[in-house]
Amino acid sequence: MELNGHQTEDGTSGETENDEAIGPKQTHQQQQQRPWKETPSSVSFLATSNMEGASAGGSASISRKTSSSSTVRQRTESLKKNRPPFPWFGMDIGGALVKLVYFEPTDVTAEEEQEEVENLRSIRHYLTSHTAYGTAGIRDVYLELPGLSLCGRTGSLHFIRFPTHDMAGFLQMVRDKHFSSLHTTLCATGGGAFKFEQDFLMMADLELHKLDELECLIRGVLYIDSVLPSECYYFENPTELERCEEKAFPLENPYPLLLVNIGSGVSILAVYSKDDYRRVTGTSLGGGTFLGMCCLLTGCSTFEEALEMASRGESTHVDKLVRDIYGGDYERFGLPGWAVASSFGNMMCKDKRESVSKEDLARATLVTITNNIGSITRMCALNENIERVVFVGNFLRVNTLSMKLLAYAMDYWSKGQLKALFLRHEGYFGAVGALLELLKPS
Amino acid sequence: MAGHVGGTEGGRNSMDKSITLPPDEIFRNLENAKRFAIDIGGSLTKLAYYSTVQHKVAKVKSFDHSVKEAEGDPVYEISVQEEITARLHFIKFENAYIETCLDFIKDHLVNTETKVIKATGGGAHKFKDLIEKKLKLKVDKEDEMTCLIKGCNFVLRNIPHEAFVYAKHADPEFRFQNTHPDIFPYLLINIGSGVSIVKVESEDKFERVGGSSIGGGTFWGLGALLTKTKRFDELLQLASRGQHSNVDMLVKDIYGGAYESLGLTGDLIASSFGKSATTDKQFSKEDMAKSLLHMISNDIGQLACLYARLHNLSTVYFGGFFIRGHPVTMHTITYSINFFTKGEVQALFLRHEGYLGTIGAFLKGAEEDNPNQYSWGENYAGSSGLMSVSPDINPMQRARSGTFSFDMLEMDRLERQLVNLPLLQDPSSYIPDTVDLTEDSHAREYWLSCFEEALDGVVKRALASQPDILEAAERAEKFRQKYRHKLQTLRQQPFAYGSLTVRSLLDTREHCLNEFNFPDPYSKIKQRENDMALKYYQKVVRALEDLSWEQRQFALVRGLLAGNVFDWGAKAVSDVLETDPGFGFEQAKQQLQERPWLVDAYNQWIERLKGEPHKCALFFVDNSGIDIILGVFPFVRELLIRGTQVVLASNSLPALNDVTNNELHILTERIAGMDPVIQAAVKDDRLTLVQSGSSSPCLDLSRLDKVLATVVRERRTDLVIIEGMGRAIHTNYYAALSCESLKLAVIKNSWLADRLGGKIFSVVFKFEVPPKTQGLH
Repeated sequence: MELNGHQTEDGTSGETENDEAIGPKQTHQQQQQRPWKETPSSVSFLATSNMEGASAGGSASISRKTSSSSTVRQRTESLKKNRPPFPWFGMDIGGALVKLVYFEPTDVTAEEEQEEVENLRSIRHYLTSHTAYGTAGIRDVYLELPGLSLCGRTGSLHFIRFPTHDMAGFLQMVRDKHFSSLHTTLCATGGGAFKFEQDFLMMADLELHKLDELECLIRGVLYIDSVLPSECYYFENPTELERCEEKAFPLENPYPLLLVNIGSGVSILAVYSKDDYRRVTGTSLGGGTFLGMCCLLTGCSTFEEALEMASRGESTHVDKLVRDIYGGDYERFGLPGWAVASSFGNMMCKDKRESVSKEDLARATLVTITNNIGSITRMCALNENIERVVFVGNFLRVNTLSMKLLAYAMDYWSKGQLKALFLRHEGYFGAVGALLELLKPS
Repeated sequence: MAGHVGGTEGGRNSMDKSITLPPDEIFRNLENAKRFAIDIGGSLTKLAYYSTVQHKVAKVKSFDHSVKEAEGDPVYEISVQEEITARLHFIKFENAYIETCLDFIKDHLVNTETKVIKATGGGAHKFKDLIEKKLKLKVDKEDEMTCLIKGCNFVLRNIPHEAFVYAKHADPEFRFQNTHPDIFPYLLINIGSGVSIVKVESEDKFERVGGSSIGGGTFWGLGALLTKTKRFDELLQLASRGQHSNVDMLVKDIYGGAYESLGLTGDLIASSFGKSATTDKQFSKEDMAKSLLHMISNDIGQLACLYARLHNLSTVYFGGFFIRGHPVTMHTITYSINFFTKGEVQALFLRHEGYLGTIGAFLKGAEEDNPNQYSWGENYAGSSGLMSVSPDINPMQRARSGTFSFDMLEMDRLERQLVNLPLLQDPSSYIPDTVDLTEDSHAREYWLSCFEEALDGVVKRALASQPDILEAAERAEKFRQKYRHKLQTLRQQPFAYGSLTVRSLLDTREHCLNEFNFPDPYSKIKQRENDMALKYYQKVVRALEDLSWEQRQFALVRGLLAGNVFDWGAKAVSDVLETDPGFGFEQAKQQLQERPWLVDAYNQWIERLKGEPHKCALFFVDNSGIDIILGVFPFVRELLIRGTQVVLASNSLPALNDVTNNELHILTERIAGMDPVIQAAVKDDRLTLVQSGSSSPCLDLSRLDKVLATVVRERRTDLVIIEGMGRAIHTNYYAALSCESLKLAVIKNSWLADRLGGKIFSVVFKFEVPPKTQGLH
């Protein structure tokens, strides 16, 4: 299965080719006609009977107009048999955030609607009619993927997150909604799948199908990228503030790539193919460090708040720059005067500690953490001899500042050799990977 | 970044002028000082100067033998002369004292030739005017990184046991590295306010390959913000008491246990400060400081590993004020390196790391003197031990208010350049010392006590060597105090001067004796014994000539061993010699263990002698008197008769009753006068005397006089003979040579004999033939 699906496949090859294949696919042509952001209305087009022609090995369905009607029927039957019952969820329980993806079928027939049990309907309505749940649950509406075809069904993929420390509330809701009457298991990844396994069993009568987070992450990335041509993007002219702008980057032939997942901590993976990947290293200086330090230094309490402060701050008040020491560039070693010589270095001095603002501190924290990730990533890329780096993870959510910094750092220090790529669904790939596991034929 | 921390409040910012400096102890030999260099960091100032030291040396001078000498006249006269040697002084003190120190220097400096002071370090510009005003010297700034690297190369090349591995939970915590002949290439991670990663490929070729802005300044700055604690040292103290797991999010906080499929244990930090992002609670200063320390150390360690891998380097040194003398940072860095490289790369630290910048600046200023053409030696008497002023190890030092805490390093310029013995099988793995007392606590306890007990005798001996000098008693007492203090320091910090060994204990004693102008306490004893032994020489030689070949060979070896009993360095023997001055050669022979000896390769040696004669034998001799004259010379005579050339290597300067090169010249001349075999050999240059370059009772084959190495190579030396406990047992017992070697000694110490499984006066006679190598020579 060509996950990035930009090759035309022979219609007959689908069924036998690869049982593990999952990537539903819009045709190449369709992709080009419907870049996801610009014309969201066109997405509805995807939810036509055209999708009935979807075919591919196993549970994956790929739109293919060439398929003959008999094979279509055959496959639809087989899909139906293998298809798990609704609702379809994938879950990724991280150190700070729980990421949940939910597939809402939009091709529900009247007949089906009749048959739909009350519990299922209740869950569907609850999730789709709200954008906020409980105290801190949020549905990232802007990320929603409508008109998606999965396992022969068409629907919308919803992206929901809530803080890990609200797990008890979530479990209570799952219990109240009688989720266990519909499913006995839930596909989950992330460390929390292990940590909360017992809680799920005890409180919600649910067994967790625990999945490796790296495997889910990669699967999720490759899948989303394959269904959404504008998923991946980069910053053009990252070293020039005025001319710097986002550009789509089709990941046609992605390997080898360095996948940097910035959650609470950071994992760096070298990916050589969908099954051949290795965790190169990681660092504990990640999103959790940024937020944790901001909370301590500024008294803020949310990521959004911390980012908002950072956006108004000036890190050079906090950091000691090369020019602060050498009066300009340190030419002997080719260090530009604007480079940070010592993060928080000015804070060694009492007077400066007293004159600095909270916003400055937040900004410096953001810059420090981001640059450090950039630096480690760059060294890994050199050691692994990989030129393409994809940054994902919720640290980058609404965090253009960090993304531009990373883009800049990669470009500048590698003298243009390295390209920093970003994905729109930043932190949700693990959860998507978990969902795909659910849909995998047993 | 380089170690810049200028303009911070790290040290006590206000100048402390109330303090009086202990003039005897610091800024020694300032009168003759010239060539200053200074390295001013954020909290510490390091000053270097070069000075000449006038001290007494014992000279022996042959009488004019053309005049018929009266019976009972000594063979040579001893005179004590003043000699001038060069010494490098380095001193480190807190910036708060800088003005006091400059005043002190100004008042004591006599030399007026000096016009310039080389300066480096971030604080140099801040104090430029003060220095120029006080000292009337022009401040000449040198690039920090260049100085750092120059200094690093210098200490790595000249100070044995400079680099060490730190292991907090091991005993000893410090594991010193041998000095490798080839120090390049290496990676230097300098952690100042930021981090610079420098790849050093040769003396002049180095490159800053990378760095990080997360360094000491980040720890200090962020630490001050988070804990409201201002001083760097206090932050480290806080950190050493904290629990990082209260602040950090660990793998087990996310997984409930380990992340097994990746082999990440539950205690690993998943997200530094991650708990402060998810919980609304107060965190203790200690915990935050600890978390911060871990975060920064791990980050630096990780980057260091990535750079080491990229550049394919496994030698990585760490320095900078973040590390400087702080066990807690050495520990976290070491931990991080071990974690990230799985043991492939070791984090190495340097004993004199704090001095690198000033050493480099000094060397820059002294380029016209070409300091690298000399070898230098650490002077144990004038140098503070490792961490002498570290608050973690020595809290008392700082607590006493008004006490000037300083750290010193003194290095003597050796008159000769020292090199490896060309016959070492593998110079890079050669370790001179047989037992590392830092690792062997039983042996350490024994030897420290042994040296303490022997101290009274040494003081007495020193005094006796200068009977007519009034103030000798005062100096002898100072010597006693200094050496006793060193022994006490070593008992507490065995790692103070690198690996503690019997050799380092002996050398420290010699350095201390020299310090108080007792250059040769045994000069008179040596003179007396030489005189006496010379009288027996011909009789001994004649007796040997009457023996059959087989008998003679055995008698020669026994004579060599019996001679070696006369060792004033061994307490058991010096007691005998002290009480029974008539103790002679024959009595010594009777003391010897009968064959089979403790280590007995005599049969192999005899078999070897039946074969081809050796081309050239290099003989490291030991004691004066009977040993050299009645033991070594007859043996050498036999070798010469066999057709083997002989090179006699003796100490350049006195140590105990060891024969010095100077004395040996006179003795050889006298023996040549009595013995035509020796005379002819001297005349034909078949018997050559060289100096070893050493002034130790032990022997470091990696630091020998360059001339010796040349002679050894030219003569195609194929046999090395090492004699005596100091040279063949305490050192070199396991030394592997590329030619045949004979190591022989009499064990004159019952504790050591016991350890080796023998009794006192057991004999070690080790004959080693290297494994056949092809294509060499």
